[in-house]
Amino acid sequence: MEPLEKLRSVAQDPFGYARASQPAIEKPILGYFCSYTPEEILTAAGVVPFRIFGTQGDISLADAHLQSYCCSLVRGGLEDALKGNLSFLKGAVFPHTCDSIQRLSDIWRLNAGMDTHFDVVLPVKLTTRSARTYMIAVLNSFREELGQSLNVSISDSDLQQAIHTHNRIRDLLGRIYQLKSQHPGVLASADMYAIMKAAMVMDRPDLADHLDALWADLQVRASEATSTGRKRILISGGICNHPDIYHFIEEAGGDVVWDDLCTGTRYFEGKVEEAGDPIEAIADRYLNRVVCPAKHMGITARGEHLRQLVKAHQIDGVIFLFLKFCDPHGFDYPYLKGFMDQAGIPTLLLEVEEQLPGEGQFRTRFETFVDML
Amino acid sequence: MSDSSKRTDPEKEKRKIKSVQKMKEIMTNYYIEAKGAADTGKKVAWITSGGPVEPLIAMDVIPVYPENHGAMVGASKMGIDLCEKAEELGYPRELCSYARADIGCAVTDGGPIGGLPKPDFLVCCNNICGTVMKWYEVAARYYDVPLFMLDTPFTHREFPPAAKQYVIDQIYEYIAFLEENCGKKMDYDRMQEVGRLSLEGLRLWQAVLDSGAHKPAPMTAFDAFFHLALIVTLRGTQVAVDYYRQLRDEMQERINQGIGMVPNEKYRLLWDNLPVWYRTKWLSDKFAGHEACLVADTYTSAWSGVLPLLDEENFLESMAVAYSQVYINVSLDLMIDTLRRLIKKYDVDGLVMHSNRSCKPYSLGQYDLQKIVMEELKIPTLILEADMVDERSFSESQIETRIDAFMETLKS
Repeated sequence: MEPLEKLRSVAQDPFGYARASQPAIEKPILGYFCSYTPEEILTAAGVVPFRIFGTQGDISLADAHLQSYCCSLVRGGLEDALKGNLSFLKGAVFPHTCDSIQRLSDIWRLNAGMDTHFDVVLPVKLTTRSARTYMIAVLNSFREELGQSLNVSISDSDLQQAIHTHNRIRDLLGRIYQLKSQHPGVLASADMYAIMKAAMVMDRPDLADHLDALWADLQVRASEATSTGRKRILISGGICNHPDIYHFIEEAGGDVVWDDLCTGTRYFEGKVEEAGDPIEAIADRYLNRVVCPAKHMGITARGEHLRQLVKAHQIDGVIFLFLKFCDPHGFDYPYLKGFMDQAGIPTLLLEVEEQLPGEGQFRTRFETFVDML
Repeated sequence: MSDSSKRTDPEKEKRKIKSVQKMKEIMTNYYIEAKGAADTGKKVAWITSGGPVEPLIAMDVIPVYPENHGAMVGASKMGIDLCEKAEELGYPRELCSYARADIGCAVTDGGPIGGLPKPDFLVCCNNICGTVMKWYEVAARYYDVPLFMLDTPFTHREFPPAAKQYVIDQIYEYIAFLEENCGKKMDYDRMQEVGRLSLEGLRLWQAVLDSGAHKPAPMTAFDAFFHLALIVTLRGTQVAVDYYRQLRDEMQERINQGIGMVPNEKYRLLWDNLPVWYRTKWLSDKFAGHEACLVADTYTSAWSGVLPLLDEENFLESMAVAYSQVYINVSLDLMIDTLRRLIKKYDVDGLVMHSNRSCKPYSLGQYDLQKIVMEELKIPTLILEADMVDERSFSESQIETRIDAFMETLKS
């Protein structure tokens, strides 16, 4: 299978991929919800980190544990766990993310019936020396706890090798994103989504090889890519689990050329220093990377970052895409929109749940928005 | 109105808590002083309800609590208007109604006291939620003032040494922040005295709450919601100590005289989560109508709940560690321990949980807690879906039906 086909197929059925690949790779799989999950430590322990995106089906079992005013990512993830759809997981890793995921961790531990469970209570504040010291201590304890739980020792050289693999993946994803920004016709926007989704669930060394091959293909394609004539769109928000959104935007006359999503650029931005203490290096990436709104790094860090992205990628319009009931993103929206208003960039706000509203309604909103640009 | 209805009912008079008047006086004076801070040259800091206020008191800074103000907005039934103001600015309706109401007040100088005094700086402690961090970031941008974030790691199973060191380090960073923003050094003797007063206030508040264990209970959780204000806003002052001593003595006197708050108290209930501020009277009457008394709650006991972790000899550092482990900054396992203890201590017949749309860390997980309480402790439970300030999330008929049905179960 050519690399893009492979990534598309994984993205389409990540559970199927996990179940089918597990016997061959003989690695335990651990689920996670957050871009602050220290994947390098998991990879070094011989684990496949598997991102959970929320369920595709209806939510029924999770209703016995979570109120309706909890976001669909948390409810959907629990639903899949309770239904047994995630039975290929040996457990899950919960970095402290937000109020909802913090509680999900307890509910998951009490009800999901998995072998292992890890809480990695990282600092929320990322601006001080004491926060850095604490983060390093938390990552070190996680390294120890994970090793004990899986009965493996995680050496510095295992970590260094894992860091190298993850840096390679980040570098390739970054290059593919840059290529898409330079030549929007090189890949469909929905393919960018598929690549990212696959990147967060595949066995990472295998993924790196696929991305390498894809990169080689894309360079050839880029030389042949012609202008699409579409408007340049950036999506900003938390997680996007709706490939249809990308189709609709393209049909309305827009290319998604960049994003500010935790399942997009926030996943791969920033390198881990390959020299020196590996755990300190992992911590330093988190302390320097653009923040998730559930973390604190000054009061305008995200606004300034977005302004810079819009300029660097000549963005025509920004779509804010949030999960309903996501508090951290909800609080940031008015100020981020304010930054965009000041920069003269039109914006559109979409609050979505697991299931998208009627297709017609969505198309119309995108068409109106793109026409306005 | 006929003459007879104007006459006071001696039975009702007897049940009224006399200290209420004093409390109202103290709170009025407090807000007058806070609003007049610009004239007296005192600094004003906004601080979250679970935050360490004691260093502010020691530095002679006036602490102002947007959450206490949010409760006032709710009790004054001004929540919808103010929340809608924030929604017009783009804040989603799903966000905490304290935060929305506060943002609504800031931009309109509206609300029950015409807006809060503007802050000179902000102190935010995330031991109660991640929401306060986002809310205070909004305030820091709006007022263009410095923000100090005190980050208190959540306890899932334990509070490890690294977390202890992290919060202790931050207490000294906090003091350095205060020294810079106040232009003077911390007086550590004064700080020690404030710490002593804080502890004394907390012990007295706990003694007030303990009185609910007596049958009949001399006060209810609804009274505790009202009298809580000082342990939040003036903790560490002599005023709070004197007031709670008076209130404790009044409760003791009521116990001596056998005065219960609910006439013919038959059923004793435990409340979970924040109050429904705009319906406290209605709910209180509703339960009293069933001869049910809410004798305790998990909310007002959260402040004094960490007393065993506080050390008068090492107040500052023990405070950092203690405040990190308040009731909602811990896992469901640890919360169930508290519920078990309260159910036993107050000899409770049922648990009423307010599923509060505004407060995810408090409310998510309640269904699991409910299940454990019912299965393990065999205590009937009731979940009321509502919101602490936003009345649009309160359905009177639905809640009334649920309370009636729950009380029928208890009585049968």
